[in-house]
Amino acid sequence: MTSSASATSSAFSAARPAEIRWHPTFVRFAPVVVVVLTLIAIWYVAAVLMNLNLVRGSFERDDTPYTTGQLIAGTMSAERPLLPAPHQIVATFAEDVFGWPVTSPRSLVYHGWVTLSATFVGFLLGATFGIILAVLIVHVRTLQKSLLPWIICSQMVPILAVAPIVIVVLGAIGLRGLLPKAIISAYLCFFPVVIGVVKGLTSPDPIQRDLMRTWSATTAQIFWKLRWPSAVPFLFTSLKVSITISLIGAIVAELPTGAQAGIGARLLAGSYYGQTIQIWAALVAASVLAIGLIGIVSLIERWVAQLMGARA
Amino acid sequence: MRAPDQPIREGVTSPGALAVSAHGISLTFQTADGEVEALSNVDLDIAGGDFVSFIGPSGCGKTTLLRVIADLERPSAGTILINGVTPEQARVQRHYGYIFQAPALYPWRTIERNVMLPLEIMGFDAAERRKRVAQYLELVNLSGFERKYPWQLSGGMQQRASIARALSFEPALLLMDEPFGALDEIVRDHLNEQLLRLWNQTGKTVVFVTHSIPEAVFLSSKIVVMSPRPGRIIDVISCDFPRDRTLEIRETPKFLKIAQRVRSGLRSGHSYDE
Repeated sequence: MTSSASATSSAFSAARPAEIRWHPTFVRFAPVVVVVLTLIAIWYVAAVLMNLNLVRGSFERDDTPYTTGQLIAGTMSAERPLLPAPHQIVATFAEDVFGWPVTSPRSLVYHGWVTLSATFVGFLLGATFGIILAVLIVHVRTLQKSLLPWIICSQMVPILAVAPIVIVVLGAIGLRGLLPKAIISAYLCFFPVVIGVVKGLTSPDPIQRDLMRTWSATTAQIFWKLRWPSAVPFLFTSLKVSITISLIGAIVAELPTGAQAGIGARLLAGSYYGQTIQIWAALVAASVLAIGLIGIVSLIERWVAQLMGARA
Repeated sequence: MRAPDQPIREGVTSPGALAVSAHGISLTFQTADGEVEALSNVDLDIAGGDFVSFIGPSGCGKTTLLRVIADLERPSAGTILINGVTPEQARVQRHYGYIFQAPALYPWRTIERNVMLPLEIMGFDAAERRKRVAQYLELVNLSGFERKYPWQLSGGMQQRASIARALSFEPALLLMDEPFGALDEIVRDHLNEQLLRLWNQTGKTVVFVTHSIPEAVFLSSKIVVMSPRPGRIIDVISCDFPRDRTLEIRETPKFLKIAQRVRSGLRSGHSYDE
């Protein structure tokens, strides 16, 4: 009986092909790598197609004979291509970041810092304003009815139209430089905070509120011991949305103001002079900043969650 | 819940006095479908030290009556006194601890800090808070779990922590709204025994809402049978097993007889063609 059973099992294992065991790191990163490689491949094809006429035109203007190979190579090394090839963007990005001292106006680090400082101030203003507004809305019923429609309306106004007005008005009362940009950034980023924190502050279930009542807790005690801790997870979800919006707000604020420095100024200068590669390098810088900012918020979120006893 | 060295006898209604005295209590809710009469002309006296169960089908107003006692609902008519004062005064003076069906522990607080929460709100000093938390966690057999978070405990342990939380400020009354309803039968039997021991040790008055007949008969010194539409009391059965009863009494003829009376009361108050 035993021998026949073992015979069966060995027959099975012999029949089945050896199972391939992938390395966990490979399993984790393979999908991402495949997607990135595919996108880069598509990008190169698109670059060749889009820049083809441009390069052919320049060869023909100079009456230089050219081969298909030279033509394709030309599409990837043009000085002002319609669509720069990825390696051109990487090269320009690297040169702009590492090739200049950080205080030089040619350095992307310098421009990045200008935008980042407006982002930080705007984010702090916006998040603080949003939290205060949410607390008021939850505690004062008339405010809920009177404020919320205006808050929603504020987000329907196109910021590109409002930004120059804000800059002009603030300029007239002597505010220039970082603060007007921060205010525009705050104007954009407070909204998700209001919505998230209102939701969070009202999230405790009826039993938890009844319990507080049976203990005759004051409104302040209910806020600090129940509502605020319940709102923290909602707050962080909002902050992650909010901090990227505040970066966008800071960049947008640089566009209509003719700012001399900042990622937005770089984008604007690039488009004036047809420096497409410079535009793309600035865009890469903006996304690197955004990823970094979300990363910082996520780290703080994880740390706070740990302090609050969340499941590991 | 093990026996402490000294029985805890703080915060009890003086023997013979009425813990709850309700007369002509009615409560009508306004809903989208019109008025619902949750309680109709309820008279009820609960003596200090009693263990009283409200039993009845859903919608009979048993939870509503408990919430009226706790000042979580205001009756539309009638008078009610808790330890001789109004429900609102009783709430403010911390005469009762309320235990809900769900433990409702705060997930961001450890067990110890959950039990401490009402003490913080009521302004006990730090030394007293620590002393009481240790004392009541020991009473519900949760010593050693102080630093755990609620999700690390089973449902039964969480409910025991919520009982410790309700006891921590030493109220005279324990109001329990189907506290073991969400637990399985075995855990429930176990907690029922522990609750009886705790009642026996502390001398507190317990008002207990349930829809389980065996649970009501096993735990109570008095069973209040209620019926829906409108919510009213249809029978009050006294249930004089010794205070230190054990699960074995459930096999005795007396137990079955009382259970039978509860069941027929429930049946008479309920029309099944609805």
